[in-house]
Amino acid sequence: MSGLATYNFAYLDEQTKRMIRRAILKAIAIPGYQVPFASREMPMPYGWGTGGVQVTAAILGPSDVLKVIDQGADDTTNAVSIRAFFQKVANVEVTTRTKEATIIQTRHRIPEEKLTEGQVLVYQVPIPEPLRFLEPRETETRKMHALSEYGLMHVKLYEDIARNGHIATTYAYPVKVEGRYVMDPSPTPKFDNPKMHMSEALQLFGAGREKRIYALPPFTDVVSLDFDDHPFTVQSFEKPCALCGAEGVYLDEVVLDDRGGRMFVCSDTDYCEDRRAQGFLGDQGVPLKEAAE
Amino acid sequence: MSVEPLLKVNGLTKMYGARIGCADVSFDLWPGEVLAIVGESGSGKTTLLSCLSTRLEATSGSVEYHMRDGAYRELSRLTEAERRFLMRTDWGFVHQNPADGLRMTVSAGANVGERLMAIGHRRYGEIREAASDWLSRVEISPTRIDDQPRAFSGGMRQRLQIARNLITGPRLVFMDEPTGGLDVSVQARLLDLVRGLVHDLGLSAIVVTHDLAVARLLSHRMMVMKDGHVIEQGLTDRVLDDPREPYTQLLVSSILQV
Ligand SMILES: Nc1ncnc2c1ncn2[C@@H]1O[C@H](COP(=O)(O)OP(=O)(O)O)[C@@H](O)[C@H]1O
Ligand SMILES: [Mg+2]
Repeated sequence: MSGLATYNFAYLDEQTKRMIRRAILKAIAIPGYQVPFASREMPMPYGWGTGGVQVTAAILGPSDVLKVIDQGADDTTNAVSIRAFFQKVANVEVTTRTKEATIIQTRHRIPEEKLTEGQVLVYQVPIPEPLRFLEPRETETRKMHALSEYGLMHVKLYEDIARNGHIATTYAYPVKVEGRYVMDPSPTPKFDNPKMHMSEALQLFGAGREKRIYALPPFTDVVSLDFDDHPFTVQSFEKPCALCGAEGVYLDEVVLDDRGGRMFVCSDTDYCEDRRAQGFLGDQGVPLKEAAE
Repeated sequence: MSVEPLLKVNGLTKMYGARIGCADVSFDLWPGEVLAIVGESGSGKTTLLSCLSTRLEATSGSVEYHMRDGAYRELSRLTEAERRFLMRTDWGFVHQNPADGLRMTVSAGANVGERLMAIGHRRYGEIREAASDWLSRVEISPTRIDDQPRAFSGGMRQRLQIARNLITGPRLVFMDEPTGGLDVSVQARLLDLVRGLVHDLGLSAIVVTHDLAVARLLSHRMMVMKDGHVIEQGLTDRVLDDPREPYTQLLVSSILQV
């Protein structure tokens, strides 16, 4: 390297990393509890995952393999720029393959492939406070968490049913962690909520603007809130993925042309490619080899 | 039948620095009794009500409450969790301005059902039925159950606030100028409603008002405050018909036409 100033490994200085790691350890010790931390300015705007980036920077080591997804895809602008950032400031190996990654930073999805022991999923969180919708006062929401006063969450679900006939919340669907703290799972679709429950992977949540970190250690009990007579259900899709034929996965709608043509495909692009590589084919899918030719 | 007081208040004092909020107030409140606190503006009514209902910490004195389990508890010694639980189950608080006691951006049904959800009710159908029933009891058409209080008149909002408080069957309700912001004709209807509910449910209530007509209609007993002190107390009819203190005589003769 030249004599010019260089980045510390993973951009943040060691003091800051220690501070963030302490917050992470506390978060792991109290699953679902929002730990305040001294969020730093990052070389990207809020809303671009500055909370997740700081968490990743604090836990990343030289031998880690990093995957970054946005809405399930590795190739969107947000994912590409965060991946490039860590390649530059930490020179770590990156991947798009879920099973090869040791750390996966995500916005809006949990990979379809079951995460395993030793993996860490880092969520980018815009609004960590699940009670904010009905209670704007921070002093009051803190007290509600401290006293486990969560009636308001059901007021929100009640409103949903009264207005729509069913619980219409489809993302950022609130969960209760270990029977204690109510937590916002970040804007992931509720489809992914069951994957949080008893996950083998460590799940860390970072909110940069709101300066909060929270966590789900491996094998944590995570229950989606509901009413006895309106139980929690996940979205189901009428057809399998048009490209790989997968069922029971989360699908995105893709517009094909300006005549109203559209199809539903896996939102998890790595999962979809992997299946096609194994020879699975949906009704609009093209075998991978042909596609490459 | 319980013949023990619901509330035992002793030497209750609140100082705002050197200024007196309320001073050396003592009384017992009995089950089923409605007590009015009257006095002119600045006499300490709201301060006293706030100290009684634990919304404000008193400087000295004690308030003991007869819990459902039969024990008396000094309210300032309750844990925060116990205090808040009491406030949303066994107590009600009706604010003068309904916006202070309602959630203006959620439906009437959710406003009324909130306390049930807070204490763990998890059947939507039952919560809705109870909310609908309580709307009828406060003379709001259940067809308005999904409307927000923003769309309600002042009188309806006040009745909604009452339903929201009463759904858990509280034993004690605090009211601060419950008819304060309402038109005279609307006031009369609300007072009738409150009187009926208090009677039917056997509620105890402490009602702050500067309006002696409200005290006359609602309360069994009243306390007259001046400069933070209770200067006269007794049965409402006795105080209003035969005031003993010169100040009370002035108050009654200048305002009272009921
Ligand atoms: N927050 C406060 N800080 C200082 N003085 C107060 C405060 N609230 C009330 N007071 C004073 O305490 C006295 C009683 O006020 P208050 O209880 O509001 O009377 P009321 O409800 O009868 O109008 C008044 O002199 C008032 O100015
Ligand atoms: Mg007042």
